[in-house]
Amino acid sequence: MDVTNEIEDAAGPQRRGFLKCMLWAGTGVLWTVSGGVPRSILMGGGAMAATPASGELSFVQISDSHIGFANPPNMDTPGTLREAVERVTQLKGKSSLLIHTGDVSQLSRADQFDTAEQIIKGAGLDTHYVPGEHDVLDEDGKGFFERFTKGAAKGYYSFDQQGVHFIGLNNVQDLKAGGLGNLGQEQLEWLEKDLAGRPSSQPIVVFAHIPLWTVYQEWGWGTDDGTQALSYLKRFGSVTVLNGHIHQVMQKVEGNVAFHTALSTAFPQPAPGTAPSPGPIKDLPPGKLRSVLGVTSVRQVQGNAQLAIVDTPLAN
Amino acid sequence: MRRRLFALTGLIFSTVLLNSSVVSLAWAEDAQVNIDNFSFAPAQLTVAAGTKITWANRDDIPHTIVDAGEPRTFKSPALDTGDAFSYVFSTPGTYHYFCSLHPHMQGTVVVQ
Repeated sequence: MDVTNEIEDAAGPQRRGFLKCMLWAGTGVLWTVSGGVPRSILMGGGAMAATPASGELSFVQISDSHIGFANPPNMDTPGTLREAVERVTQLKGKSSLLIHTGDVSQLSRADQFDTAEQIIKGAGLDTHYVPGEHDVLDEDGKGFFERFTKGAAKGYYSFDQQGVHFIGLNNVQDLKAGGLGNLGQEQLEWLEKDLAGRPSSQPIVVFAHIPLWTVYQEWGWGTDDGTQALSYLKRFGSVTVLNGHIHQVMQKVEGNVAFHTALSTAFPQPAPGTAPSPGPIKDLPPGKLRSVLGVTSVRQVQGNAQLAIVDTPLAN
Repeated sequence: MRRRLFALTGLIFSTVLLNSSVVSLAWAEDAQVNIDNFSFAPAQLTVAAGTKITWANRDDIPHTIVDAGEPRTFKSPALDTGDAFSYVFSTPGTYHYFCSLHPHMQGTVVVQ
């Protein structure tokens, strides 16, 4: 996989509007748009504090904590979540909020939700959750929604923060045989209504568990009606779509929409098609687990339409 | 006493064995589907009516077994690693099923 070349190509001045790259194993990417040309800078994987200029929004994303999972390569998912929250504390700067893009738990159990909630509270940030498929196993997700999306009984909602419109979506329920992630008609209608009347200049951040774009159909890594949702977002000048689910960093830019998936805080999953299944990578070299787990910080950059996104592993 | 009991058990056992070949068309034997690497094996299974099928999750990730048809005739709870779910198929027909967490995982049971 020639990640570096792909990034250099895409960042070249000849190619505008589209960039697709994939990163693996403990590196980070800083995203900016300069003069309309998307540029990405590969970082060495070290921690880089996302300190925003005053007045600009910054926030942090964590994902896929899978509390309750205790198998190779990670027998202590509460421990690695705790380390991720410590990372968040180091990186948060003036961050105004934290988002969790789902699979908080392994099996939707109250004690798993409880453990996660207590650890995440340690970040001291207002936290907004969306469910992963592991979080809605019982009673159609009631336990998750009552605890983590109060006021949004179906797990989707929106709010504004420093001029940016945040939209949390639920694409993990009522999945169809042979299909991918699913938003459903009711949620799509809600989304269309939610966006109606908003100025196209307002920056939008969409977050959901399963990628809204098709990363790899064979493993179900995409959302059946994601295209429909994205069609409502086309007119906006700055759209950032943040997902989890695939436990690795992938990103692309299409027009004004930047897509990004986050690392897990629990275990890594293989790059598409490189293993018999999307199950956990178990045979990591000793001491390497923390280089493939991490957190994501996002910030507005003065004069740039796209938000800057930095992935930071728990350790190098 | 112990020897007689053993002989008796043996007799019953061989009788059952003998009978099973005779009545196999009428009496179904249990069948098993294993879940490994996010797939059902065997993915296609043809059984006699009355067969109890047991799905065993051998992955590190939970899965479910859900009838894809309407109305839904069976739906398992989430099976953690090492968990199993059984369902007795008493009505002939073709049953497509999937994992509701990973809907690309699909299988079919044909009941004759």
